[in-house]
Amino acid sequence: MVKDQEFLEKKASYCLGLAKKLGATESSVIVNNSVSETVNFRNKKLDESNRSDDLGISITTYIGKKKSSISSSNLLDDNLNILIEKCVETTKNTPEDEFNSLPDKDLLAKEVKDLNLYDDTHIENDQKIDYLKKLESAASNDKKIVNTESSFTQNKSNFILANSEGFCAGYKTSSFTASSVTVAKDEKSMERDYEYSSKCFLKDLDTAEELGKQAADQTIRKLSPKKIGSEKIAIIFDKRIAKGILSTFASAISSSAISRGTSFLKDKVNQKIFSDKINVLDKPDILKGLGSRNFDSEGVKTDTLKLVDQGILKHYLIDTYNGKKLNLKSNGRCGGTSNLYFENGNISFKDLLNSKSKSLYITETIGHGSNIVTGDYSVGATGFLVENGEFKYPINEITIAGNFKDMFKNITLANDLEFKYSTNSPTMMIEGMVVAGK
Amino acid sequence: MSNFFEKSDLSRSEAENIISDTLQKCDDGELYLENSKSESILLDDNKIKNSSYNSDLGFGFRAISDEVVAYSHSNEISKNSLKQSSENLKSTLKSVKGTYNHEIPKSNKKYYENINPIEQKSLNEKIKILNEVNNYLRSKNDNIKQVTANFLGEQKSIEIIRSGGETLTDVRPLIRFNVSVMLEKNGRKETGVYGVGGRQSYDSYLKDDNWKSVCDEALRIASVNLESKPAPAGEMKVVLGPGWPAILIHEAVGHGLEGDFNRKKTSAFHNLMGQKVASEGVTIVDDGTIDNRRGSLTIDDEGTPTEKTVLIENGILKNFMQDRLNARLMKTKSTGSGRRENYRHIVLPRMRNTMMLSGNQTQDEMIKAVDKGIFAVSFGGGQVDITSGKFVFNCTEAYEIVNGKIGSPIKGATLIGDGPSILKEVSMVGNDMMMDPGIGTCGKAGQGVPVGVAQPSILINKMTVGGTKL
Repeated sequence: MVKDQEFLEKKASYCLGLAKKLGATESSVIVNNSVSETVNFRNKKLDESNRSDDLGISITTYIGKKKSSISSSNLLDDNLNILIEKCVETTKNTPEDEFNSLPDKDLLAKEVKDLNLYDDTHIENDQKIDYLKKLESAASNDKKIVNTESSFTQNKSNFILANSEGFCAGYKTSSFTASSVTVAKDEKSMERDYEYSSKCFLKDLDTAEELGKQAADQTIRKLSPKKIGSEKIAIIFDKRIAKGILSTFASAISSSAISRGTSFLKDKVNQKIFSDKINVLDKPDILKGLGSRNFDSEGVKTDTLKLVDQGILKHYLIDTYNGKKLNLKSNGRCGGTSNLYFENGNISFKDLLNSKSKSLYITETIGHGSNIVTGDYSVGATGFLVENGEFKYPINEITIAGNFKDMFKNITLANDLEFKYSTNSPTMMIEGMVVAGK
Repeated sequence: MSNFFEKSDLSRSEAENIISDTLQKCDDGELYLENSKSESILLDDNKIKNSSYNSDLGFGFRAISDEVVAYSHSNEISKNSLKQSSENLKSTLKSVKGTYNHEIPKSNKKYYENINPIEQKSLNEKIKILNEVNNYLRSKNDNIKQVTANFLGEQKSIEIIRSGGETLTDVRPLIRFNVSVMLEKNGRKETGVYGVGGRQSYDSYLKDDNWKSVCDEALRIASVNLESKPAPAGEMKVVLGPGWPAILIHEAVGHGLEGDFNRKKTSAFHNLMGQKVASEGVTIVDDGTIDNRRGSLTIDDEGTPTEKTVLIENGILKNFMQDRLNARLMKTKSTGSGRRENYRHIVLPRMRNTMMLSGNQTQDEMIKAVDKGIFAVSFGGGQVDITSGKFVFNCTEAYEIVNGKIGSPIKGATLIGDGPSILKEVSMVGNDMMMDPGIGTCGKAGQGVPVGVAQPSILINKMTVGGTKL
């Protein structure tokens, strides 16, 4: 089972003590252990079982304004001795950087709230197998489904973050994740789609039947796709794609991109970057939230931030180093956002589909086509042509393109927000984008 | 070479006994041990932003019965830990009745030297070069707003112990040197990225101020992009330059020819063996045996010596890439393509250096043959949906072609095509095959492995360009 707090704390304090003895003026350490067990099914049969037990330690040492770090999976004292010695030695030889330091002491988290992130339930492999049998049976009801793959993972993790200023805290988290991938085939085409559920608590997971059926339905409706012509058209992003646009926004307001000047949102605080109706929140204290946490990866306490208020950018995501560089205080976002989401819009999903006589509903994008320096966006896409609120036929082998600066101002959100991932968006419509097809 | 049992309460012979006992009625399996050391030294925003070192140690224990794979990994090389893994494997494979396949081909060829690139150059020398890179670039062009440069070095030692005690080992060096620049002119920002690497020392790539040519190339790409105009949208002819643009081959056909997807019949290519899948004159190989290349391996991660596998010969589909599991189930032999990112992951059939071989036309002839189209020279990355066969890749340097002449540079755009049909649209194959500079990492099922690509210039009759200009 996952190692307890006492074991991790002992390793952490050993490292801090040794670093100090070897000449580090400040240091910080993260020790973590993660145990996960996965069962994979394929075409209703057991395909793979996988157990992983991962230990890890990473140590950063400072000598004045010099800094270096090491990490290892070997936690034997012998090995730690060699590595910490190497780390301190490297620190001495690394040039100074005036912004290097541990977080300000008064910003460190004072208390660790129980955010309901750990479920002690252990699900045996035989129970996972039962779940996957039900899932795959539901997924393969339709004859058009020619291949099913599914997976169930239980993960239990524990960590300690400690630094030479006396901070020392950590807690256990758990996750239970099930996924279903199906392939459907007809005379003209073969298509794949998926469905997925991940929760901190086992009892909150979607049922096997729901998951399997959802995956199969989503796959079958993609069969016999057409390619459409190139045109300017309103794009509706399914929630699972819309969240990616929110993630790109988050990368563009990270203090590292801002301080390096490599973001199209540099110097945009207090300026309007979205339309009036758009609000973006990052809320770390949602009970059982997939992105919930008490403090960031430097130990700085994390409060809820309204990043965008009525279309106006209010905050960057700030860590200690880049905060010092920008002359701003860390807001506990080292390592990124927690539970990030767009607040609901005031129109239903159905009304959003109906709002244009013709639009494209996108269910999948491929490629790495988001450029946060320029804001340019261009990706391959799969989806459906929507006419007068109805899905007409599936579409593929097209690209959609635009620039985030314009796209952000043309977002309309539905009121169907769910907390399925750590970053979430309601269904989203963006007008004025270009589709390239035939 | 690492001695994995030196500081453990587990002796080699005890380990061998546990392995043989666990795998006795399995069809295949092994204990995979790995010890890797890696470093990253990063210069960014005029400063050494990061100097870090990682040492990773662990094992992965695999047992295979028929189609079922049981896997367990841990960081602790100890009696307890290996026994627990053995119990895990046995509990998954409850009633095994196979015959262990002891056969594994041998070769004494090696494709790189047993070196540790991290130790071959001191930290101070690396920092000195990074600072020189920064100064060189910033003094060269007034529009430079950001320079990032880094060294990534690694030495990975692996040992595979099979049932019966047969042992195979490999020590793999790998380095990469990258430079990225951002220019700003009249409020517009653009970046250029370039890098070099492979399985040799840093100095093999950077001696005699060779790093300057890496800087020059990154700066050149950024400068071109600063003058770029919106890319066109729609279907048109595309000329691809030689070298790195071969990630088209990697995405469009490479993944679809990996054994697992074809055994499972989820690849768009699974029923096309022996059939014509590309224009005449198109030959594609996947080669793990080129000295010192990023994608080369002396043995794969199951211990099989790598080889040069012909995938498509003169347009006809000839072979899939196989690991031991998929080869056995498809009644063929492993092509030495069984790879894993590290001991945390199961083996999958993967690409090594995927190359389209030269034909006999010139790039000039191709450009002249295009009335309206684009000439794509460099790419960021790509992705494929192997089931529908649709793939994309993102241009980072491209130009329009108008009436047989190269015109203005165009902004980065995604190109999309259909894997099984795209190679039939290749109408000219150039005589200028080139390897990429040694920078590729391929992702599959959450595992990244270093790969190479190569191709000559090619002309594709029809592809969709994802620009914004209608």
